[in-house]
This record gives sequence, structure tokens and C-alpha cells, in this order.
Amino acid sequence: MYKILEREILADNVVRMEVEAPHIANKVQSGQFVIIRVHDTGERFPLTVAGKDKEKGTITIIFAAIGKSTCELGQLKKGDEILDVVGPLGVASHFDPSIKKAAVVGGGLGCAIALPQAVHLHEMGVSVDTIAGFRDKDLIILEPEMKAASENLYIATDNGSAGYHGFVTDVLREQIEKGVKYDIVVAIGPIIMMKNVAELTRPYGIKTIVSMNPIMIDGTGMCGCCRLIVGNEVKFACVDGPDFDGHEVDYDTSMRRLGMYNKLTEREASCNLLKMAEEA
Amino acid sequence: MLEPREMKRNMSNEKTPMPSLQPDERIRGFEEVATGYTDEMAVNEANRCLNCKNRPCVSGCPVQVQIPDFIMHIREGDFLAAYQKIIETNGLPAVCGRVCPQESQCEKYCVRGIKGEPVGIGRLERFAADYAIENGKTGQTKTEAPNGHKVAVIGSGPAGLTCAADLAKLGYDVTVFEAFHTAGGVLKYGIPQFRLPKEIVDLEIESLKSMGVKIELNMVIGKVFTVEELFADGFEAVFIGSGAGLPSFMHLPGEELNDVYSANEYLTRINLMHAYLFPIYDTPIKHYKSVAVVGGGNVAMDAARCAKRLGSEHVYIVYRRSQDEMPARKEEVHHAMEEGIEFHLLTNPVEILGNENNDVTGMRLVRMELGEPDATGRRRPVVIEGSEYDLEVDAVIIAIGQTPNPLIKNTTPDLETQKWGGIVANEETGATSIPGVYAGGDAVTGAATVILAMGAGKTGAASIDKYLKEKHGES
Repeated sequence: MYKILEREILADNVVRMEVEAPHIANKVQSGQFVIIRVHDTGERFPLTVAGKDKEKGTITIIFAAIGKSTCELGQLKKGDEILDVVGPLGVASHFDPSIKKAAVVGGGLGCAIALPQAVHLHEMGVSVDTIAGFRDKDLIILEPEMKAASENLYIATDNGSAGYHGFVTDVLREQIEKGVKYDIVVAIGPIIMMKNVAELTRPYGIKTIVSMNPIMIDGTGMCGCCRLIVGNEVKFACVDGPDFDGHEVDYDTSMRRLGMYNKLTEREASCNLLKMAEEA
Repeated sequence: MLEPREMKRNMSNEKTPMPSLQPDERIRGFEEVATGYTDEMAVNEANRCLNCKNRPCVSGCPVQVQIPDFIMHIREGDFLAAYQKIIETNGLPAVCGRVCPQESQCEKYCVRGIKGEPVGIGRLERFAADYAIENGKTGQTKTEAPNGHKVAVIGSGPAGLTCAADLAKLGYDVTVFEAFHTAGGVLKYGIPQFRLPKEIVDLEIESLKSMGVKIELNMVIGKVFTVEELFADGFEAVFIGSGAGLPSFMHLPGEELNDVYSANEYLTRINLMHAYLFPIYDTPIKHYKSVAVVGGGNVAMDAARCAKRLGSEHVYIVYRRSQDEMPARKEEVHHAMEEGIEFHLLTNPVEILGNENNDVTGMRLVRMELGEPDATGRRRPVVIEGSEYDLEVDAVIIAIGQTPNPLIKNTTPDLETQKWGGIVANEETGATSIPGVYAGGDAVTGAATVILAMGAGKTGAASIDKYLKEKHGES
């Protein structure tokens, strides 16, 4: 059992938890994930680790309570326990020491995963521009944390309610066209966003890393559910990734695989149970 | 005058039939198919054993169960004594009696098999184990006092469980590290409920715990701890039984379509995650009209029979050789056929067909013929040019094998491995390239059988015992 030591709502349906898992906290690096099972009849699902505290022996997870399992996780309170937390899984991000300037692009909840990458680069002494996109100003998360790790933080909203009115790709294009020389672009968010970022950087030849988030079951390479096509080869996101060369990923296939069980599980747009739990 | 034992001998050329659920009844659920012998049936079958002097059956058993001895106990009606005899060398009799490929092991060498069917050794083993379970008399006992030496076992499948049991009996302080949320490895995620009820696996694991073995779940060794760190943590020896956990694909056009599964994924959803009980359990599984399973092993049969139970009208086995070369247990092939699984033998897929939504719509197959024997001694299948045909299916399950999981290999630099990923281990001792580290089971051999893995677990335990005794100057 893994005890929840802290819990807060960051935005509508977005929950941050600090979970006691000393062995994982001791080992986890940016880019790695854990597999969670909330209760005995629950499914196993992956969440990228958003932070850690070795001394406290905790890891931070940030997730949107939008499906049945994440919704059930979101309803747990401070002091409750999660049945299973397995990790750290996946290959840790590796950045070349010669990198001087990086753009870290996060889309929505992807910012929770982009943040540890930005922190990692920042700690390497890299100058980081973080570009964070949200649908609306009410959905903005982790702004101070991202700011602390960045040379420049650009916030964009789809509806213009805060920051730049438009998409993260618009901001990135503007920077590149202005002559900012990025050695690397890290893009984490919805598949369509990562695809668009990769298409944008391709003609400039800027190395682009994306973090894929397919459906997983075991997360240890055993089932092959999370397979995707990278450079015409079958790769498993759980043991070969989740970070991949953004210019090599077949996004369309991944998008279709991700939607495979939508009809069966009828994912809801928001978790009413979470709201009820909050109000109670 | 005949001896009483002679009088009891059963000279029938056929095994006492195994009672089983009717095919039309069993394909509606996940109940165990073979229901097991009654006391009378068991004694009757035991009476077929000639108790021959040279005991060829024992040499066919990877863990050397004293077969004629336990069968004699059954003849005498002392079923618990039979169970005790088996567990002297086999810690998982209820499992082995159900899933061992007896026809290529003990029963292959049975003298009764020369003229007629061999003695149903597997069925008798299962009977004795089930009898002990029903009467609450299972459990292994420690034979030696605790010696305080810590040993780590990686993986709680058949190899790991066997190794842990043998070491615990010898007095070692054993911790088993399991990556999943439940112990049992392939016995839990791979073999379906209707062939091996999970309650039986859990009983075997409880019996292990009662000997003081600790089981640490959710521990992916190679990630959370490296093998090196286990030594630093006070473990004096390590046994790696991490299994063959990386499914192989065929690199066919269309393999990226949504409804293409590795058998591991399909079976894991159903067995480990109980997706057949969705929505009581949260992990979903799709129900298809027609399913093609590629492969001829036990895993292929398991996947096909699961698909049938999930309501598929047509379930096809697509196998490139003939039925004689199928690696699956005969009984499983027989059960699959009874359940209406349709076999496309001497057939190989060339392409998986799909539509614009990424759904599978069919499979293009080509007929094969058998040529010269290959390295495995089986005749090599050769494509018959121009023999392509299409099969209408809406899902494809690839069951052509697995390679060893790379997580430990990748984080243990000194651990020597084969090109295909298997850990290099001495056949006689299980010793790897690192002193104090032993390995066995599918992690070494690639996908094989439960009993071979158990044999390797026993070997590993004996070698670790020898290694630690020598290290501490006790022998």
C-alpha cells in the first residue's frame, strides 16, 4: 500500500498527489513513469512521475480525473492508500551535455510531464524556454514551477483568455522565425500537438523529443499493448520509451490505438464524483 | 496363486477417461474443463501401472517425481501419502498435474505406452494434489533450521517459486521479488482459469509463505533495484527467473491495426486483469465475431479457447506446420477441437487486412508444405506459390512466442546474454557469468514449459546451496 501524503486540486479535474514510495523516489528520473492500480478490481494504468523527494521518500503524480480509474484515484484523500504503485518504469530522459538552448513544449496536462524535463535541462545549465498551452486560463497549472525552471515562460491559451492567443506551435514558430537557435525541442501533450510540433521543427532540422502515452497494462514489456511505430519499427513505449524521436513516430497509428476502447469504457468529459467528493 | 496386487492390475490399453464439462457447456464460461478423477477412477488408473523396476517415467520428469512410488500409494488408497511422495521433489503438484506436457515427458517413457496408452501420470498427480487440497493437508515443511543467509529470487513464476521453496526448506531466508501486483507469473497472467484455476496457484503460494518465504510485489528488479544493489542490501545469492516476457511479432503488413494483439496482451487482459468479467473488473476486452490466432503452442490454444468463451462465432488456429508438429499439449489441441476451434494447418499469414478506421477486416494466408527437417528436427514448412487466400476475421492474435524480458539484462552490465536476449547459464548448475547469480526458466531458454522452468528452479536452488556452503566453509 502506498500512502497519499499530500493532495490538492490544481485546476478543474486536475489533481496533484504526493505518494509515499521511498524505493521509487530513490531511483526515478525525469521521463519515467509508474503503473497504478487503485483497488482490487481496478485496471493498471501509467502515470508519468512529475516530481520526487528522496528525503521524504515520496513521488508526485499529476493527473486529470477524466476516466473511471483516474476518477477513482482522484477521489482518494490525504492519508488514504493506493493499492499498487510500480516503478520507476521506462527509460529515463537522456540529454546531450552539449545542449545550450532548449524549448520545452507542454500541452495541458502534458505540462506536468514537461516540467520535470524542463527542470532536468535547467539543472544541466541549459537555457530553457518553456511554452505551455491550455484551452482556457482556468486550466493553467504549474505556472510558478515552470517559470522557476525557465529562461522564458510563454503561456498560450486556445481562447486567448490568458497569455498568447493561439497554440503552442504558433509560439514556437515565432521564436524559431525570430532566430532563436534551439538545440532541442521537447514536446509533451496530446498526440496531435506533438505531431504538429514535430512537423514544425522537421524542416529546421531541430532534434525533437516527444513522450508517448499509449494504453498500457503491465508496463514492463510483457504484453505489447503499448506498441507504436517509430522509424518503421515496432517499439514498446514501456521499455523502449516513453520518449522517442519526434520525427520518427507514426502519430496517426498511435492516435487510433489510443481510442480503441473509448466506446467500451465511455470516458466521461469530467468526473462528477470528484466534484461531489470535493463538495462533501 | 496370484498376489493380491496382481489381482488388482488393470490391463486396459486405454487411460481411465478424464471427466470433463461438455464442450457446449464449457465454452459459455471459464470453469475448469477437466473436472478430475474420483477416488475409484484414480485407483483404477493407478492399477494400470506395472511398477516396473527400471522406472523410465522418472527419468522423463525434469524434477524426478518418484512416480511409481506415488502411484503405489494411490493403489493402496493412501492418497495423502501419494501427495507427500510427490512434494518431496515437486512443490507445485496441482499445477503440474494440469499443465505439464506429460506426453513428451514421463508418459512418453511409460512401458504401458508401447502397446496402448501410457499410464495417466499427470491425471494421477493432479488427483493426489487435489485430494490434499480438499482435505486441507497441503503445505511443504522446512527440513532444516533457519541459517540466516539471505537469498533473492527474481520472479514468482514456476522457476522462482520452485527455487524459493527448495531454498526455504534448506533453511535460507528467501525473498521473492515480483513485478506484478500478484504472485505466480505465467501461472497467473498466461494460463487461463479453465485450464488452471487461480485459486490453486494461490494455495501453492500460501504454502510457500508458510515456510517463511517473503514475497515482495510490485518490484521490478532492474528498475527499482539492480542485481548489484540486491547484493549490497545483504543478499548473498540471486536467482533470476524473470521469464520470457517480451512478445514477438511477425513484422507483417497490417500488424499495427487496432485489433491485432500479442497473445500475452490478450491473455493478460483476461487472466491477470479479469477482463472477461468487465465491467465488474475495469480492464476492458473487445468481443469479436471471428478471431484468427497465429501459432501452434499452448499459448495459441489458450488464446483461441478464450476467444471462443468470449463469444466469437469463428475462432481459427493458423499454424504453418501440420498437427503432428504442434508444440501444444495433445489434450489442449483435443479440447480446442472439441470446442469448435477451426484449424488452418500448413498455413501462414502474409498480411493482415484492415479498413480506414484501423479495424481488422481479414487476413491473407498462404498454404505451406513440409520440406526437409530443420534444426529443431521438425520438417521445415515451405510456401506453395500462388496459394494465397483470404479469411474474414475482425481480430488477430499473434502467439508465435516470446523472448526474455530485457529489464534485468539492460541494468546488469556483467550479465552475459545470448544474441536473442536469453541469459547465458550453465546447463548443469544454472550459474551465470556473475558469481552468486543463477538463472533458469524461460529467461534462459526462451518460452518453454512450466515443468522445465521448475526443473531449472530446483537446479538453481541446489547450486546456490552449494555455493553458499562453500563460501562459508561448511562443506
